[in-house]
Amino acid sequence: MSGVITPRGASRTLLSINSLLVFLFFYAPIILLIIFSFSDNRNVGVWGGFTLDWYGEFADSQPTRKALWNSIQIAVASTIVSVVLGTLGALALERFTFRGKQVFDALLYLPIIIPDVTMAVMMLLFFAELAGVLGLSKGFATITLSHIAFSISFVSVVVRARIAGMDERLEEAAMDLYASRWQAFRYVTLPLIMPGILGGGLLALTLSLDDVVITQFVAGPGWTTLPVFVFGLIRKGVTPLINAVSVVMLLASMALVALSLFVQRVRTTDSA
Amino acid sequence: MTSRKTHRWLAILAALTVLTAACGSDGDAAAESAAGDCEVGQTDGDLALYNWAEYIDPEHLDAFAAEFGISATMDTYESNEAMQPIVSAGQSGYDVIVPSDYMVGIMIDGGFIQPLNFDLLPNSSNISDDFASPSYDPDLEFSVPYQWGFTGLAVDTSVVGTDFPRSWDLVFGADAAAHSGQITLLNDPRETLGAALKSLGYSLNSTDQGELDEARDVIAASTDNLLAFNTDSADELLTSGESVIAHVYSGDAFTQFLETDDPSNYVFFVPEEGGTRWVDNMAIPFDAPHPCTAHTFINWLLDGEQGAALSNWNYYGTPNKASIDALDEELNEFLTSPDVLVGGIDSVESISDTGEFETNYADAFTEAKG
Amino acid sequence: MSIIEQTVDEPIDGLVATPEFEAANEAQQRRRGFLMALPAFAYLILFFAVPLVIVIVYSFATRNRFGGTDLNGWNLESYRGLGDDLVRQILVRSVVLAAITTVICLLIAYPFAYYMSTRRPAVRNLMLVGVMIPFWTNFLVRNYAWYVILGTDGPFSQVTEFVGIGETRLLFTQTAVVMGLVYGFLPFMILPLYAAIERIDGRLLEASRDLYANGFQSFRHVLLPLSMPGVIAGSILVFIPSLGAYVTPEILGGAKTTLLGSYIVTQFLSARNMPFGASLSTVLMIVMLTATLVYFRKGGRTL
Repeated sequence: MSGVITPRGASRTLLSINSLLVFLFFYAPIILLIIFSFSDNRNVGVWGGFTLDWYGEFADSQPTRKALWNSIQIAVASTIVSVVLGTLGALALERFTFRGKQVFDALLYLPIIIPDVTMAVMMLLFFAELAGVLGLSKGFATITLSHIAFSISFVSVVVRARIAGMDERLEEAAMDLYASRWQAFRYVTLPLIMPGILGGGLLALTLSLDDVVITQFVAGPGWTTLPVFVFGLIRKGVTPLINAVSVVMLLASMALVALSLFVQRVRTTDSA
Repeated sequence: MTSRKTHRWLAILAALTVLTAACGSDGDAAAESAAGDCEVGQTDGDLALYNWAEYIDPEHLDAFAAEFGISATMDTYESNEAMQPIVSAGQSGYDVIVPSDYMVGIMIDGGFIQPLNFDLLPNSSNISDDFASPSYDPDLEFSVPYQWGFTGLAVDTSVVGTDFPRSWDLVFGADAAAHSGQITLLNDPRETLGAALKSLGYSLNSTDQGELDEARDVIAASTDNLLAFNTDSADELLTSGESVIAHVYSGDAFTQFLETDDPSNYVFFVPEEGGTRWVDNMAIPFDAPHPCTAHTFINWLLDGEQGAALSNWNYYGTPNKASIDALDEELNEFLTSPDVLVGGIDSVESISDTGEFETNYADAFTEAKG
Repeated sequence: MSIIEQTVDEPIDGLVATPEFEAANEAQQRRRGFLMALPAFAYLILFFAVPLVIVIVYSFATRNRFGGTDLNGWNLESYRGLGDDLVRQILVRSVVLAAITTVICLLIAYPFAYYMSTRRPAVRNLMLVGVMIPFWTNFLVRNYAWYVILGTDGPFSQVTEFVGIGETRLLFTQTAVVMGLVYGFLPFMILPLYAAIERIDGRLLEASRDLYANGFQSFRHVLLPLSMPGVIAGSILVFIPSLGAYVTPEILGGAKTTLLGSYIVTQFLSARNMPFGASLSTVLMIVMLTATLVYFRKGGRTL
């Protein structure tokens, strides 16, 4: 595919200025957040001189590290499952007709539409009942199951926006050229919808890392996630400790991104 | 196209859910303490504590675990309202929870907490008389006090001066206009309507619709002077200079004052018309997995030395008379200052559950905001 | 990536399918589609639809004196409460706020997503991740960062003072709420828009320019219609969560007016009126689902 053409002249300048402003908007609070992670004052927003104490406290604070680790495990597990299920669902809806399609279509939107607290209460009651039946205790499983339940929908909406209106004949052409159904999917469809999958996956990861209410209601002892932990602090004041945790997470995710880009580059130069 | 098969399938699943939901909800109330067979200091497993954030030093909790050779985990919540449904639904997995006064009443009525076995709590004799017969649990059958404090007003005297009425008029009356846009009220229906009810001379547990309507109008009339309704950062807004008068909890105000360069610039008081005295309590959920450990933990915290360690860390008031001598001096001074409780001990009330009337409070608060 | 020639849209002749073959093929296609949908479908039925039945059942129940829910004496009382003036005011206010948020997000995100699509693939991916990275910090901490930025002595006020507009405190205003919501939900608009725009064949735009369309015309008649699925998906992903948002309005708006999100939370938590909260949610879901499906169908036709 050739991709969208590059605009020229004034519109090009305007577009790049807009993008610059968007990034400024996105990163302004992040810069502030980073600055205050070095502030020697309990209140975020009051500069109290430079200190590394909050990072030291993070290293010492077992509850904080535990909450962070819980969050990461849940986010990774729920993202992987919801990306697979959501993508398959999106393909089925955009490319096929089948029994129950309209019910499925409607059902997929509901987790996006339902208010957080309503879903939290219903999952709470559901798992409380289920615990008796299945012996499922509240913790990793219940949180991850709930996160998948809302992430599938977000993934499938983004992937569908990608597939809708995409040319189906590309796969047909591949199969005419004796590609198996799997090969056609693997080498034609998948690369084409990859930006959608990537976007959906990023969204699912973010949603899982940010969810407070649903997680709080379905978590059990020892399964406080980072956002729930931070939300608890809100009454006594969120300290720069949480900024420090955020900065550590930022650095870790940037390192991961850099690594994956590096791997990608090595692979493309190899195959070229 | 929707298939009839899918419909039938959905219907069966729906019916099953209704059935399980209906069955589950009537078997909840456990009227008897499950700790009948425990002995003092005995443990029957690890402790799972569900507590407000920053309410106990994690190291303090570890000390308990080490002493009894078990492990202890703590998860935190930010409001009674979030904790209650989680515990009430069952299978929460927690052994000890820390509900506030009115929430203890609600949880007793709903059968969500179990009666305590006081044979296992010899240290309960340390509880001060002031806290021995609260309205929500008159004979302390289900709960023992953990920490307490007041709700009142905090004022930045460097802006307002010291010559102002120690009255709710400061936020609701004509005086409020002088500091328009620099006042915050708690974003909590019962606390804020309670303050308005008190300013009118009524009980803050009023179940009279007429009185509630008056209180609602008082708040509605004062919203133009407000910076915000804020519970979580009211203390920080005050010390950062965004606000000059704040409706706050005493403990929050006190610890926040100490963060500033000159704490003497700020005062906290309960207005002369009266305010709230709140008490947070330890209780055991009806289905706590380890009731013996739970009793052992509660008894341990009721020890004089442990009670003092608790207060000296979180800086709230202690209901433990054996702890008072070991409190930090500035904390003790703050708790006993006559300038704090202007109207005397009889002017303050605890918030208690008003049953069916509770929704009226929620609605009145929403209406007052407009 | 190899360039595959766009085929002309006309039936391929020479291939004559027999009715039997067509029918068998169609049945196979249906089976295949069903199997693909099955994992997600089954998952959502078990872990979403079944729990949802609880909400619907509760909406017909009665709040008891202790704030619990009595599962007998079914009634429509909580649905009657929805006709209240108070509820209508809250609804109108929330819809307006969510609509403003959605429009602003669309206006910012569209050119951004378009620009992103014109970059080299490596740069595109970098930009995409760049958009998401801020959101891997904590939600509350981000909100508190805005809280500091918009405060009386915050950086924003300092900038306006510097340029001579004077001190501005946006904190605890509706503007701050909209800004916080736009910040929080902008990625929800960018992601589907980017996914939709990036796949558009640039030669269609070139062709329109060759046919003497000006920039605006080729945007209006080529780019926009082709990217419509992204616009629709993005609008839904922004509008709906904005409608239910409650933490951002409370932190940045000072909770001075009640919005739908916090009203529902109040019903479930402080008022402990589950039946009313449940009926409110049920009606909201029915209305929004209908609107979403209609919106998508309509959007689908303009393709």
